[in-house]
Amino acid sequence: MDIFVQQLFNGIILGSIYALIALGYTMVYGILGLINFAHGEVVMIGAMVTITLLRILVEMNTGLPAAALVALAITTALPLCALLGFTLERVAYRPLRNAPRLSPLITAIGLSIILQNLAMIIWGRNYAPFPPILDTTPWKILGAAITPLQVVIVILAVAIMAGLWLLIGRTRKGRAMRAVAQNPNAARLMGVNVDGIISLTFVLGSSLGCIAGVMVAANYGQAHATMGFMLGLKAFAAAVLGGIGNLAGAMIGGLLLGLIESFGAGYIGDLTGGFLGSQYQDVFAFLVLILVLVFRPSGLMGERVAERA
Amino acid sequence: MKYTRHVFCLMAALGLAACSDEGSKTAASAELIVKLGHAAPMTGPQAHLGKDNENGVRLAIDELNANPPVIGGKPVKFELLSEDDQADPRIATTVAQKFVDEKVHAIVGHLNSGTTIPASRIYADAKIPQISPSATNVRYTQQGFKNAFRVMANDAQQGSVLGKFAVGEMQAKTIAIIDDRTAYGQGLADEFEKAAVAAGATIVGHEFTTDKSTDFTAILTKIKGLNADLLFYGGMDAQAAPMVKQMRTLGLTLPLLGGDGINTAEFMSLAGAAAEGVTSSLPGVPLDSMPHGTEFRQKFESKYGQIQLYAPYCYDAVMVLAAAIKKADSIEPATFLPAIAATQHDGVTSQIRFDDKGDLVGGAITLYRIENGKWKTLTTIQ
Repeated sequence: MDIFVQQLFNGIILGSIYALIALGYTMVYGILGLINFAHGEVVMIGAMVTITLLRILVEMNTGLPAAALVALAITTALPLCALLGFTLERVAYRPLRNAPRLSPLITAIGLSIILQNLAMIIWGRNYAPFPPILDTTPWKILGAAITPLQVVIVILAVAIMAGLWLLIGRTRKGRAMRAVAQNPNAARLMGVNVDGIISLTFVLGSSLGCIAGVMVAANYGQAHATMGFMLGLKAFAAAVLGGIGNLAGAMIGGLLLGLIESFGAGYIGDLTGGFLGSQYQDVFAFLVLILVLVFRPSGLMGERVAERA
Repeated sequence: MKYTRHVFCLMAALGLAACSDEGSKTAASAELIVKLGHAAPMTGPQAHLGKDNENGVRLAIDELNANPPVIGGKPVKFELLSEDDQADPRIATTVAQKFVDEKVHAIVGHLNSGTTIPASRIYADAKIPQISPSATNVRYTQQGFKNAFRVMANDAQQGSVLGKFAVGEMQAKTIAIIDDRTAYGQGLADEFEKAAVAAGATIVGHEFTTDKSTDFTAILTKIKGLNADLLFYGGMDAQAAPMVKQMRTLGLTLPLLGGDGINTAEFMSLAGAAAEGVTSSLPGVPLDSMPHGTEFRQKFESKYGQIQLYAPYCYDAVMVLAAAIKKADSIEPATFLPAIAATQHDGVTSQIRFDDKGDLVGGAITLYRIENGKWKTLTTIQ
């Protein structure tokens, strides 16, 4: 039983991180129909910048509690990531807005490689350790171990997703975003600043990515210039699983992918009588993805939308 | 218009090629150039180890060039051609072909077993001597290639020492294993498993991950339910560090044992307090207790900072090549290859001699444990 609860926790923690990153993919896709493959690198840069700032803060010996130091580092890293997201859109994607769909996609992949190598030039090839200032003594809940940090990760992820939900569903800016997603030309005629809204989407997505990056770095204790690649791929799969372009879908897809991975690795061996082992962890996750797409081609929550011209 | 531009480009390129050709000819009249190919992951999760390898090679080459050996009345100049194989077997073969096309005289590399083995076929076909500083998978030297050598004990030697140690000194009766599905990780884990079972232990679980993962909570949770006395990891430091942290968070108190891949300074700095008590092995005797070890450490660290892992082995590999070139009195690979096979080199890492397969003869294996944030030497097994 406690093993089961532990796997459930493992899945939820991993899943909420995937969900936060998946939101960044899905928001951009919803509005531009573009898969922003550089999003994983924004996540990585968020983690790297935070670690760098945190190291400086720890060395300054300010006497502040650890949580305050992390919060301070994040509040500095957040605008930087937002600015990065804004710049990427402004410099690389906007000039290609009316180009064939493949061009911005290839540009995104190119940007991802550039950012990865840029990060390696700035922060070096070595792993950046997250300063060990956070308390990692686990709490016992139902026989399963969970650290305070992991509780914060899940709560913060849920809170951010709820906030985003409100922002998009209830505010004027959110309505404008939905309008641009539906039909940018009509939205422009109705007086919506389409470019501004697209920039806002990138800024929001990158900020979420930054927070997710910090969560990953803090939880696993390390960051690396190449960490964004796998994370981005998994989160992208989560977004597709939930129905890309759909906010609730990204959240559910992320959580689901986390749970599938964790239960897959934990139980696949017992389920198949030792025939398949945990080396099929990823295979299992992607098999579920394929099955979902076979029966619901637009993902779990995705709606069938007419192909935009 | 387009056509003429292409022709012009082609002509320019040919012109350049002709010039550079002439350049090397004039240089060749003054000195002999030995091109050394070096390949390791320079990007990606193992880039820190790849750079460390390159620095080891560079240190050796700088020393050789400062005091060049003379062959046939001409000084020999060593040139380093370093390539990034990204720890990816497919890229490794591209890199290998590039080296063959460049007509390098010898190869130091690759870093990983998974890249060394596919690349070794290409070097063997081109008859270019290859010394791997760190590929430990048994298969590398069992392909019947006369040009393949390594200056580190292989997984059969290391795995058997680790297996006996786990059951003997660490008194593990039930053992769980995780490997990263690479040629190195899997090979080492399999050899370890064989030796541990032979010594009387039971393997209660064998789980798998990848060399790019950071989340191991699912497989560790599974292992938690298996009541093992010891966990063995076949893989590298960047995975072992978060793994040991997650073990401690999940309440797994069993000791972690690993091979040379986790025996790094990086592992300690990443795992922090969780690293205490982790045991691992490294072929060779400890650097500081070798006649030239302290000297090497000083030389290396004054130039490149802390040694990560395989730099001394890379240094030795270059020196073995240089010694063979001197002995054969030729920079022709076909001529100095027999001299490599007959190497008797007093290296930094050990007394280097090769058996008929190209494996290191009588490689010692040393076990280390992290105590108070430092790798402490436990024992050396000959």
